[in-house]
Amino acid sequence: MKFDKLLVLAAILGVWQMTSLLVGVEVLTPPLGTFAKIGRLFADPDFGGHVWETTRAFALALVLSLAIGLLVGLALGADRLAAEVGEPMLTAFYAIPKVTLYPVILLFFGLGFAAKVAFGALHGIIPVALFTMAGVRNVKPGWLRAARAMRLTKLQIARSVLLPAALPELVAGLRVGTALTLLGTLIGEMFASQRGLGYLLLQAMERNDPATITALALLLTIFATSASALLLALERRLDHARVVA
Amino acid sequence: MKRAAAIRWLLIALLVALLELACSLRWIDPTAIIPPSAMLMGAMKIVLIGEWQRAIVETLTTVAIAVALSSAVGLLLGWALTRAPRLRRAVDPLLASWYAIPTFVFYPLFIVLFGLGRWPLVAIGFLFAVVAMTLSTIQGIERVPRTLLRAAQAMRLTRTQTALRVVLPSAAPWLFAGLKLVVAYAFIGVVAGEFILANEGFGHRIAFAYNNFDNRAMYGAILLLLVFVATLNASLAGWEKRLLRRRGLR
Repeated sequence: MKFDKLLVLAAILGVWQMTSLLVGVEVLTPPLGTFAKIGRLFADPDFGGHVWETTRAFALALVLSLAIGLLVGLALGADRLAAEVGEPMLTAFYAIPKVTLYPVILLFFGLGFAAKVAFGALHGIIPVALFTMAGVRNVKPGWLRAARAMRLTKLQIARSVLLPAALPELVAGLRVGTALTLLGTLIGEMFASQRGLGYLLLQAMERNDPATITALALLLTIFATSASALLLALERRLDHARVVA
Repeated sequence: MKRAAAIRWLLIALLVALLELACSLRWIDPTAIIPPSAMLMGAMKIVLIGEWQRAIVETLTTVAIAVALSSAVGLLLGWALTRAPRLRRAVDPLLASWYAIPTFVFYPLFIVLFGLGRWPLVAIGFLFAVVAMTLSTIQGIERVPRTLLRAAQAMRLTRTQTALRVVLPSAAPWLFAGLKLVVAYAFIGVVAGEFILANEGFGHRIAFAYNNFDNRAMYGAILLLLVFVATLNASLAGWEKRLLRRRGLR
């Protein structure tokens, strides 16, 4: 199992190295050169500040995505009519290229920190809401009837029936939401920022500096993949627990 | 269902009216957001003048190529992965975290690989969409009820027959969901690529209007794009529902 994953990793590195040799080292930096570049980036005293800036914006955007997404998902999932009214609107919004809305966000929040947090959250809220809603709607009607028979209040139903029953879907939503929030935050930083990893990326693109582009892409990919793998493991465990129960 | 649709349209109309009111009463800075009526005028102008026709055709063609490629490759890849569970488990974390990778940072590389113009954008749309189709295909194939497969075995269906008559119909809802995602992601990938880096296409035109403070053209174009993509998705969803109902599944 571990061995297989190492094989896949080796295959990716191999393809990367081959492509790099084919198109030229100055177009695509090979793996070793990229690791060396990452080392040099971390040695640069300015780099820590950029990482911190992105981390801060991402964390804030993620908290917002979760809180708002969860609320919207619970509210829409708890009521059949609300779900039928709201779901197509959410999916429609999910499916549009949100980059095009960037000018609107900028005009609203101004240049800087607020705009990229808003843009990150904009990407994250919808998947969290959609997954939460699906989870809540799949709760067995019998449980809800039981809860009503026991005269639980709406808040109590949400806390002790809906949330635990929909937990696997919530974690799935969190996983997708995390990935998209990171993407949104980075895109936000690319346009309207003087700081952060997205800004460094855009700068490297404009200067035609593939070593930096590859190094940043690798760093972000490693971060995103690990976060996602962790959540996926949690999701599987919860799903398994539900099946057993 | 009809009632839900009516409420939805009413809600949208209410929001639009509110925005119109807020704009005409100057609650919102008119340099930030223009009233919906002005957006509509901008959109009409784009459609009627036909000045943007080349950009629209360009973008739609690019998206169509990306959709065709990524749904075909995604279907094959998903099917292949269900046949090779060991490989599937090994690449699982990669597939699951695919959408966290900022695909468009590879655009400079794509330009070198594919030359300037349409193909690097197709590559971005493809990379963005293909994994959605792969994941949906895996899900669909895995959730084919065991009893159906056992019945197929008992009736001595060949592999091709099982695939075409049992697996495909049973997985159809997931495949369709995958296709919907593919269309959406291909649009997102292509338009975002155009917005950031291209010098032609609809996304580029929006960025251009934004940079020139041409709010009317910008909001008009955004409106057109949103309405178009939403309509496309809604018709795909409608088609899906009809298909399911014909099979008596819903």
